[in-house]
Formats: sequence, C-alpha cells, structure tokens
Amino acid sequence: MNSYLIKGSTLADGKIKDVLITSGVIEEIADEITSNAQTIDGSGLILLSGFVDMHTHLREPGYETSETVLTGSKAAAKGGYTGINAMANTNPVADNAAVVEQVAALGKKAGYVEVQPIGAVTVGLEGEQLADLGKMNKSVANVRVFSDDGKCVSDSLLMRRALEYVKSFGGTIAQHAQDPALTKDAQMNEGALSVQLGLAGWPSVAESSIVARDVLLAEKTGSKLHICHVSTKETVDVIRWAKARGIAVTAEVTPHHLLLTEDLVADYNAIFKVNPPLRTEQDVVAVRQALADGTIDIVATDHAPHPAESKDCEWAAAANGMIGLETAAQVVISTMVNPGLISWQRFEDVMSIAPAKISGMSNQGCGVKVGAVANLVLVDPKAEVKVSSESESLSSNNPYIGMKLSGSVQHVFYWGRQTVSDGKVVDLGEGT
Amino acid sequence: MKHLLSIDDLSYHDAIELLNLGNEMGSVNKREVKKLPALSGRTVANLFFEDSTRTKISFEIAAKRLSADVVNFTAKGSSVSKGESLKDTVLTLEAMGVEALIVRHNSSGAAKTIADSDWSQSTVINAGDGTHEHPTQALLDALTIRNKLGSGAESGDLSGLRILIVGDIMHSRVARSNAKLLRKLGAKVFFCGPPTLLPNGASPLVDGIYYDLDEALSDKFDVVMMLRIQLERMSSKFIPSQVEYADLYGLTESRFNNLSSNTVIMHPGPMNRGLEIASAVADSPQSVITQQVTNGVAIRMAVLYRLLAQEGSSK
Repeated sequence: MNSYLIKGSTLADGKIKDVLITSGVIEEIADEITSNAQTIDGSGLILLSGFVDMHTHLREPGYETSETVLTGSKAAAKGGYTGINAMANTNPVADNAAVVEQVAALGKKAGYVEVQPIGAVTVGLEGEQLADLGKMNKSVANVRVFSDDGKCVSDSLLMRRALEYVKSFGGTIAQHAQDPALTKDAQMNEGALSVQLGLAGWPSVAESSIVARDVLLAEKTGSKLHICHVSTKETVDVIRWAKARGIAVTAEVTPHHLLLTEDLVADYNAIFKVNPPLRTEQDVVAVRQALADGTIDIVATDHAPHPAESKDCEWAAAANGMIGLETAAQVVISTMVNPGLISWQRFEDVMSIAPAKISGMSNQGCGVKVGAVANLVLVDPKAEVKVSSESESLSSNNPYIGMKLSGSVQHVFYWGRQTVSDGKVVDLGEGT
Repeated sequence: MKHLLSIDDLSYHDAIELLNLGNEMGSVNKREVKKLPALSGRTVANLFFEDSTRTKISFEIAAKRLSADVVNFTAKGSSVSKGESLKDTVLTLEAMGVEALIVRHNSSGAAKTIADSDWSQSTVINAGDGTHEHPTQALLDALTIRNKLGSGAESGDLSGLRILIVGDIMHSRVARSNAKLLRKLGAKVFFCGPPTLLPNGASPLVDGIYYDLDEALSDKFDVVMMLRIQLERMSSKFIPSQVEYADLYGLTESRFNNLSSNTVIMHPGPMNRGLEIASAVADSPQSVITQQVTNGVAIRMAVLYRLLAQEGSSK
C-alpha cells in the first residue's frame, strides 16, 4: 500500500503540519517530515477528517439507471466523503439482512468510500410491521441506523415500539418527519407563494409536530432518535427544547435547505422539487443558526438521484429530490464558513466527526490524529467554482448548476488510498 | 408577447388592448357570417388533460371564427405513470406542425412548463392549469364587467369598482386570475369564503378578506362573483356539509334581495344551482352569466388574434 506525505496543509485548528500516511493510517504529524513517500502539496489546502454522509440514496438494488453503489460511491468521493449511509428505499427495500448485506458488499467492491446500509424500520416501508431490525443489526452489514426515509413512521405506537426495540443493540431511529395527513398531495412549502402558484402546501407544522411527538417518545423510551433533513424554524425550536431537556436527539440539515429557498419554485422548474420542500428565508436563517449553535448536529446530503424524465415534466408529476454529494462541502463553506457562522473545526465536526459518531462508523470521523485510519480530505478554501453539470452520479438533477460556490475538494484518501487527486476521481479499477 | 400563461404576462396596456379587441371580435360574432380570415392556414391544438366542455368549445369556436384549423387532443390523467408523458404528447403535436397549444391541465404550472421547455416552439395559451390560473376567464370577466358597468375612466379600465369573489378561493384558478387582472385594471377586489378555503397566504392577492358573507355584502360591492364549490370538498374535510355551505356562503334569494339592484352577479360556471347560487339569482336580470359565456368566445378570438396574427406577422 502506498505511503503519502501531505506537506504543509492547514489543519482545522489552523496549525500548518506535515502528515505522513502509511499502511492506511496516519503515522506521523509534525511541523516538518522527510520521507520518500509520495508527496502531496498541501499548501493553501485544509486537511480534514473525511466527510461522512448520514443520508445517501444509492438506488441499487432496483433503480440502477439512476445510481448504483459504484457511481454513488464515486460521487461521494468526489465530494470529499469517505463514508456514506445508504438509505433503505431501494427495490427490494432494505428491510432484511440479505439486502443490507448486498449493499454493504457492493460498497466494499466499489472501494471508494465505506458504505453502511441503513435498514428500513418497517417491512416494505409500509409503516405497518417492524422490519427484521435485530437480524439486520446482527448481519455482516451490522446495521445501526434504521429509517423509513421517504416516508414517515407516522403511527405513534409503531414509532414507540421501534425506538424501544433498537435499544437492545444501541440502534438509532432516523425519522423522516412528515405528518402524512397534513401533507396529502403537498407540492411545496405552504405559504403565500404556494397560494399564488396554486400548489398544495406542505406546512411547517407537519414536520415540527412529528418531531415534537418523537422527542417525547425518545424521552420516554430512553432511545436514540435522529431527525432527518430539518427544514423549518419551528422544528429547530422543538429540537432546541428537547436537547435542553436532555433528550437523546440528533438532527441533520441538508445543503439545499441551507442555501435554497422556495422562491426558486416560482417557475415550476421541477429540479427544485424536493421533500421536505424548500422553505422561506427565515427558515434558512434558522437552520443555519441551529447548525452553528449545535441544535442541528450535522449536514447530510439527502443525495437523491432521479432519471431525466422524472424532472422533465409538469411539476405535480415530477419526483422529489436532488443530488448533492459532490456539492455539499461547497454549499456548507459558502453558507456557513465564509460568512463566519462556523469555524473550520465546527465544519469538520458537522461534516465528519459527528455524523460518524451518530451513524456508529468507528473508523470514520476520527480526525487528523496519529494512529487514526487515514480517511482524509484536502479542501481548497479559496476556490470559487461555477457548478457544472459534469458529475460522477448517473443522474443530473443538480439544482446548483450555474451557481457560483466557494471551496473545492482537491484530494481524498480512503483508508490511506487516494480516491480523488486534483479534484478528479481516481480510477480504482473494477472489483477492487 | 408570445404566450399567455398568466395574467402576470400582461401589462396594463396589453389588458386594455385585449379588451378593446375583444369588443371588436364581439361585433363579428353578431354578424350573420361570423368569420374572419385572420388565421387561415394556421393550426391550433386544444390540448385538454382535464374535462372541460365549455372552455374547449369556446376556444374551438373562437379559433374557427378566425379561420384557423383546430384539432382537439383530450386525455385524462397526466403523469408519466398514466401513459404518455406531457413531453411526448407535446413533441407529437409539434411534429405535426401545430403552431399554438391551448392547454388545460390539472397540474399547476403545466402550461408554463411547456412554454419554457425545449419540447415546444409553439405559442402556448393557458386554458386553466390546476389551481393556479385561468387568464382567458379573467379577461372575459373583465370584459363583461366593463361592458355592463361601463367605466368612469376614459382609459376604459375598471377604476373605482368594488368586486367581491366568494367561495372556494384555495382551489380556484378563476379567483387568482381575476384578482390579478381586475386589480391591474384599477378595481378593488375582495375574497370571501370559509377560512379552510381561504388561506392566510391569499392576503397579498387582494384588497381584503372576509370570512362572513353577510358582513361582506353589507359593505356594498358593484360585482359579486360566486365560485363553484366542488362536492368533494366535503369529503376532504374543508367544509362540514352542503347545507351548511349553502346557508353560510351561498347567494340565496334573501341575501340577493338585500343587495342594490345595480349589483352585478357573475359565475364562471358550471353552476351548482341551489348550492352556491340560488336559481332565481342566476336567472335574474342582474346576472350576466350568459354574457360571460358570449364574451368568452370574443376574448379568446382576441387572444388568438393578438398572439398568432399580430405577433406572428411581426416575427
């Protein structure tokens, strides 16, 4: 296995160091290292623990024309990720040991990032019967996070049981908080704009009321609850209250909810159709503030590839979702770091350390420390990039095309192996 | 102006011109030979993804009176899963040489999506998109109001008039387009309906909102426009019952009798007689409901003429 010497990069704490990677781990960190290892010029770049995504849709098995484990892994690597959590809404649904083991194996075979499957909470995501949570946990895939993402576990009793059940192995339930009765046929954020556009509204309360119920259930059961894609200021308020009360709740925000607002829907361009929907400027301010003050723990992409025909149609017929793995770090740099809302240390925390911890990925998010697995990313903080349609993903439903974003991922190392070099994904060959 | 997708596409002057043109077209419709050669040799398609007999016929007559060739495409349902996609339907008609698409669709924004897409080079006329807009309905209503009440202003707009729109605002594209156009033309427009069908978000669209019809009517309006209430609103929990709705929000004879004899009564049709409007009210001399239908043909002729003959020749 290659050794690498990263020369003169800046760590999250601002210190400039040389970092030597040998045999997949960080061997040495010092002011000046001499080695015959392959040298990477890190000057002007920020060296961080590789990013971890809690919320990726890989579409395999079942929808391989939109994304495969391999193409999604490459897109993740390009975005600076070394670990991702694959959501369960595949076909067949990842609600049993066989499917989660298949996904994990495909991830290993691809070799670009660590792929940890998320198991479904209920059979077929139908919200009626608990899936084989224990067997998925005991499987080779060792599933630790369960979610019906795309659908809400709306039945209160079922949610209570799920939270209780996963306690036996320290599992976490990740809730897609959306009261289905309050969001029937919903097309966009509810407000003056939805009335003007004649699109059925998705009210904020449909999210915050489920979160309120679930944090109370988590308190009662003493279980770990994670809230997916927080999108409204009311939800932020509920989580802030729950955390102050000591409830074991964590929360994520997507890059698109940090940057984009509902105004983009005004032309009915389905590229901006996503669930939960884009919200108002006040909501964006609230989720940014919450990510800065720790109410929201992490950024998670909700990378959701869709084929062209699912977006090239009338609004109501279009699929929800946008891709985001390759642009996530840039969006967070543009919305959070550059405006001074968070430091690079907090950036590393929300992009890597905290999501690794919440998803139980012990070899991820270990920081830039001697002895840690060399899952690392080098970011150019000064780059200004106009987002192009070029992508490692099989899908092109990218809402940022044409926008200018800050920062760029230059190099990525996964278990000491370079997966991205000078911003380009390294070809690792097939079946590595 | 290439398309008519929303009232937002019209300037004040565009709107006045269309109304004037609508009256000219209306005079054609009173002749024995009701036909102009303006669009001879042009092909327009009625692309209707939603049931609508009256709007489709109105557009068809309007196009034929301008000597255009008209084809009708009707399909129920819209989504990819229900068969051919909107894109493929449009591509097919374009490939056959259609120059204008008159689009009725149950998805808000569908006409705009076609106009903005690379599937279509045609002129697109929105004949009603979901619960968004129905611009030709608003134009025919404005024409009807102007012809009935005249206008103090020399400009021929609706300055000084007070107009009340009553009913299911939330699901009404007629209400949205009318509020935009009538206010653009100087009228004051108010909405009235139960809060479940009149969301807070509607406030920016109008000059005021009422939840109580009797309170609204006591404030004296020149025009009262009643909207159709869909019977499925009961099952979807917006309102308790037909009886309660008729009682609280229907234009009953007794409410009508308390109005000034100059108050003009409108309804975009089709009506639920006895529900949102009493038969005696609909058939009263103050009702202009059949004039609305007549003006519908005239204003659609004006729109087709403006978009295809005037714009087309200047290209």
